[in-house]
Amino acid sequence: MMLEVQDLRVAYGKIEALKGISFTVNEGEIVTLVGANGAGKTTTMRTISGLRNVVGGSVTFEGKDITNMPSHERVKLGICQSPEGRGIFPGMTVRENLDMGTYTRKDHKSSAKDADLARVLELFPRLQERITQLGGTLSGGEQQMLAIGRALMSRPRLLLLDEPSMGLAPKLIAQIFNIITEINKQGTTVLLVEQNASQALRRAHRGYVLETGHVVKTGLGTDLLNDPAVRAAYLGGH
Amino acid sequence: MSLSESLRSVTSGTRSVSRLGEALAKQSRSVRWSFGAICILALYLLPWWPNVPVLGWIVETPGTSFPSVLTDQVVIFVLVALGLNVVVGLAGLLDLGYVGFYAVGAYTVAILSSQHANLPWLLCMPIAVLVSMLAGVILGTPTLRLRGDYLAIVTLGFGEIIRITANNLHWLGDSRGISNIATPPSIGPLKFGVLDAKPYYFLGFTTILIVIFLLRRLENSRVGRSWNAIREDEDAAELMGVDTFKFKLWAFAIGAAIGGLAGSLYAGKVQFINPNNFPLQLSILFLAAVVLGGAGNMWGAVVGGALVAWMPERFRGFADKRVFVFGVALVLVMVFRPQGLIPRKIRKERWLESWKPSTGTALGSKE
Repeated sequence: MMLEVQDLRVAYGKIEALKGISFTVNEGEIVTLVGANGAGKTTTMRTISGLRNVVGGSVTFEGKDITNMPSHERVKLGICQSPEGRGIFPGMTVRENLDMGTYTRKDHKSSAKDADLARVLELFPRLQERITQLGGTLSGGEQQMLAIGRALMSRPRLLLLDEPSMGLAPKLIAQIFNIITEINKQGTTVLLVEQNASQALRRAHRGYVLETGHVVKTGLGTDLLNDPAVRAAYLGGH
Repeated sequence: MSLSESLRSVTSGTRSVSRLGEALAKQSRSVRWSFGAICILALYLLPWWPNVPVLGWIVETPGTSFPSVLTDQVVIFVLVALGLNVVVGLAGLLDLGYVGFYAVGAYTVAILSSQHANLPWLLCMPIAVLVSMLAGVILGTPTLRLRGDYLAIVTLGFGEIIRITANNLHWLGDSRGISNIATPPSIGPLKFGVLDAKPYYFLGFTTILIVIFLLRRLENSRVGRSWNAIREDEDAAELMGVDTFKFKLWAFAIGAAIGGLAGSLYAGKVQFINPNNFPLQLSILFLAAVVLGGAGNMWGAVVGGALVAWMPERFRGFADKRVFVFGVALVLVMVFRPQGLIPRKIRKERWLESWKPSTGTALGSKE
């Protein structure tokens, strides 16, 4: 088991956003958390990254308790998040943004970093075209690609993707999901948070359905996809 | 020539300065070095600039001795702007109480060289820098968890606390202040007395050069890169593995140290300080200097600091309307150059030119 979240409770002031959720991610998997607005998906991601303090419960990564570890140290362990929305550095160029991804890497040989840069640019050819442009001048979809690419530059063992499809055109969504599958095939474990449940469940090995801070259902991605209750609640019931 | 026209010419002037910088970057190393050396020499001779025929009147300060304006105002403001630029411009932390660190530096020198001991200035100065740095860490440790406006309010309070404490503690000379502060030691023909301000200017300008050299190294290091990321997006920086708290604290400490250094120079020059030398308004003017020059650009901070210090003296001829003229000038600069006189872009643009968008070997061109 790569990541184990147990009875996690997180609160914003007096309001509990996560009321004791548990789930696991195994090495090599794509696991997705789906749910409506306010279900606690982004809070879960921010907590796994260490940006939010927990009220109770634990987060274990590869057997190590990281519940109270500072955010930046989790990156060194191999957890890297592509944040929700426009979590890029707007005043840095695309290249500088990608370079920030290698911030914690100890291998000073630039050849390894260059190889990773080439790989990211191969996954996202659009970033190659925009390489000297400032991050803030990119379109929403390009910024999303940049955020994912930047996270990949850290060579994560576990890649956390928070709403990678948010605000994107349908064609671009399919493309992003293809890339996520490709990244996973190349050996990176992925934890994916999505409102676009149908795409996410189709791509994921396993899924968890979140509802107002609780896990209400879990199962194989395809099973959840065909579950009538899930279909009715999240997939528009067709 | 109307005011806005003259302002346009000022702003186009800074644009040609940046163009000059680009042109210079293309020159060979020796050309760049000799250009730099000539500039530095010319600036060392700054106290004599008003004596230059035809053009001298532009810089002269009617009613006040020009060398004194340089030492008491310009040098101090440039140093302070350099320090505050680290905090505000590089790390993106809004500090409205920067005068507090400046005061800590000045008071440390005053206490150690006059009020409670008789240490020489040369020994007091490094102690003042360390004490200010410590003050930065003490203020920063609990407050740097705050962000944006909240941090600004807390720092605002800090500046006032320092001033009011000095005003009320007998140990700090209360409202009467501290006099007979030690001056820097005389070196050969450079006599640090009350008659000639020029030696102080040479000392101050040399200090500025050293600070610029050190800051440049810092800016281009991993530390500078971390500050850049924190300013752009603190959460994203943390997610990329930047220890944001540590680097924010470093920015605060380094900024405070430079502020304290400026304070120790000031105390050594004027030899008498009291709490009224460190009003809240000074914090605002320091910030104005950084923003006017171009937050995040060291050369901008230098220009902004020099202008904010020099302009009120230059406009002294307007008598009681001089502050108004100064204010209008500031507003106009911000209207026409919202990013400041020398925005932070310059370095980036040069960086872009060196990047050739192609695959393969070019990937390794940087780093």
